Amino acid sequence: MAMKFEKTGDGTYMLDVCGYVCPHPQIYCKKSLEKMNEGDVVEVILDNPSSVETIIQMCDQVGHDVSDRKTEGGKIHMKIKKG
Amino acid sequence: MEENGTKNKLWAFIITGALILISLMYYNANVFYMYLVAYIWFGFAYGMMLQYGRFCFASASRDLFAAGVPRMAVGILVALMFFSLIQATLASTNMSTFHPAPFGIHTLIAGLIFGVGMVLSGGCASGSLYKIGEGNMTSFLAAFFGLCIGQAVFVDVKWFDFLIPQKWVATAAAKGIPADKMTSSFDTYLAGYVWDQPTVRMSDTAAIKAALPGAAKYFIGDALLTALIPAVILLIIIYVFYTRKGFLKKRSKQKGSPANGFGDDAAGMWNMITASQRTTLMGVLIGIVAGLHILVMKGMQLRFGVDNFGRLLTKMGHTGDVSISGKVFDPGYWYITSQEGQFGAWILEKFGWNMHDNIFFGVNNGLPEPWRNPALWMSFGIIFGAMVMARLSNEFKFKMPKGELIVWGLLGGLLMGFGSRPALGCNIGAFFIRVAGGDPSGWLYGTGMVGGAFIGVKFFNWWSERKMAKEMEAF
Repeated sequence: MAMKFEKTGDGTYMLDVCGYVCPHPQIYCKKSLEKMNEGDVVEVILDNPSSVETIIQMCDQVGHDVSDRKTEGGKIHMKIKKG
Repeated sequence: MEENGTKNKLWAFIITGALILISLMYYNANVFYMYLVAYIWFGFAYGMMLQYGRFCFASASRDLFAAGVPRMAVGILVALMFFSLIQATLASTNMSTFHPAPFGIHTLIAGLIFGVGMVLSGGCASGSLYKIGEGNMTSFLAAFFGLCIGQAVFVDVKWFDFLIPQKWVATAAAKGIPADKMTSSFDTYLAGYVWDQPTVRMSDTAAIKAALPGAAKYFIGDALLTALIPAVILLIIIYVFYTRKGFLKKRSKQKGSPANGFGDDAAGMWNMITASQRTTLMGVLIGIVAGLHILVMKGMQLRFGVDNFGRLLTKMGHTGDVSISGKVFDPGYWYITSQEGQFGAWILEKFGWNMHDNIFFGVNNGLPEPWRNPALWMSFGIIFGAMVMARLSNEFKFKMPKGELIVWGLLGGLLMGFGSRPALGCNIGAFFIRVAGGDPSGWLYGTGMVGGAFIGVKFFNWWSERKMAKEMEAF
């Protein structure tokens, strides 16, 4: 098991933290956003429901936009645009 | 997806049905077991609420330090405020089972160890149980090897004798505990140090008793001074340091003029409290249910004319379950860890380890068979309640720990197990219940926990930064 943080295009990234439990998904999500530029988008994939609440509130407080949240096969996908 | 949802609902019904059946079997065996059944269903309710509200004491300070998110800290403080008012009501009507704990520096140190452990393992003692219900096996590792086995070993070994001052040995010897029940380092620590520490409950202090006769001492001394005022101060501190700046910036943008008045700050506080409605709502409910739990257990004690479930076990002929004081671990309220230690000790005894030769099990808490252990049933209730809620919301996922999570789960669990013993409790028993009951030592444990969480977050920040740097080499 390993986390994956990949650059998928110009200004787009993918963070896969499936298998990880608290607090790893939220920490990796925060660190990914810190490495990105304003306007960049990261697709976050995780399977730890507890982390989702924290990530959404973190984005709301800082001003990042969360969109396209969906659950497929026990995995939660969401896109975060850095604000 | 639809098929999965139906399967999950079916599982939820099967688990609930099985617990109802078990409850009826206990009732059929002996009406005394209704005492134990009450623990099962309060555990079940806690499990459902914890899972729905993602209610974990570890995330309270961890998410604050790691992500700047106050959601859980706010939820816990809200729960604490409601619970303290209900505790005061119960105390004023002589229907409380609460008792304060010995106050000393050991509480702070134990909280610190526990705090590091809960961050490493990914959940506090109650959080780990509800996460097991979600299928999280890292939490199972932490609970089983740390809280169960680790804790049982901790109270029965002599490994820590080098830390015990000679004075404690002499003091412990003078307590008159049978020699075959005082064999471990923890025994000497308990009898030689902890038992001699003062207990403090605000409503019992001379100043409060003199100033506030009658029921007011519980509402003002225990609830207002010990829980409500500190909780409100903490909420203000969290608001000022974590959410105020972002909220006022957003509000200024919306208003088109600077937002810097008292009304803006009041709106910001309210926004912080209601930011995660499910967590705050569960905070209110947990506070109320925890109070009801105390009321029901006290009612059971009055109904059966006992002060401890051990008396009922003895009446039913299960004398081997109880300690030499005739009792078993029966907190009378929401509590985690001691019962996990009993479960661990029960398993170790099956492998030939004598676990009756110490104060913790032999004198204080007994070692009942797991199916006759009321508090352990509460823990199982939490797991099953969380499992039902997770199934109903299609969030159950069986996740085996791999790689580093095995290390964090084991190490964190052991630190939680070790950190819950010296202060005689964990995030629930040593912090939440105590503070709400008017025992300031709960804040000492809470301070330690927050300090430990800070250390744990610092470590994980360093660890994850290394991994991120490795991932970004390819960019």
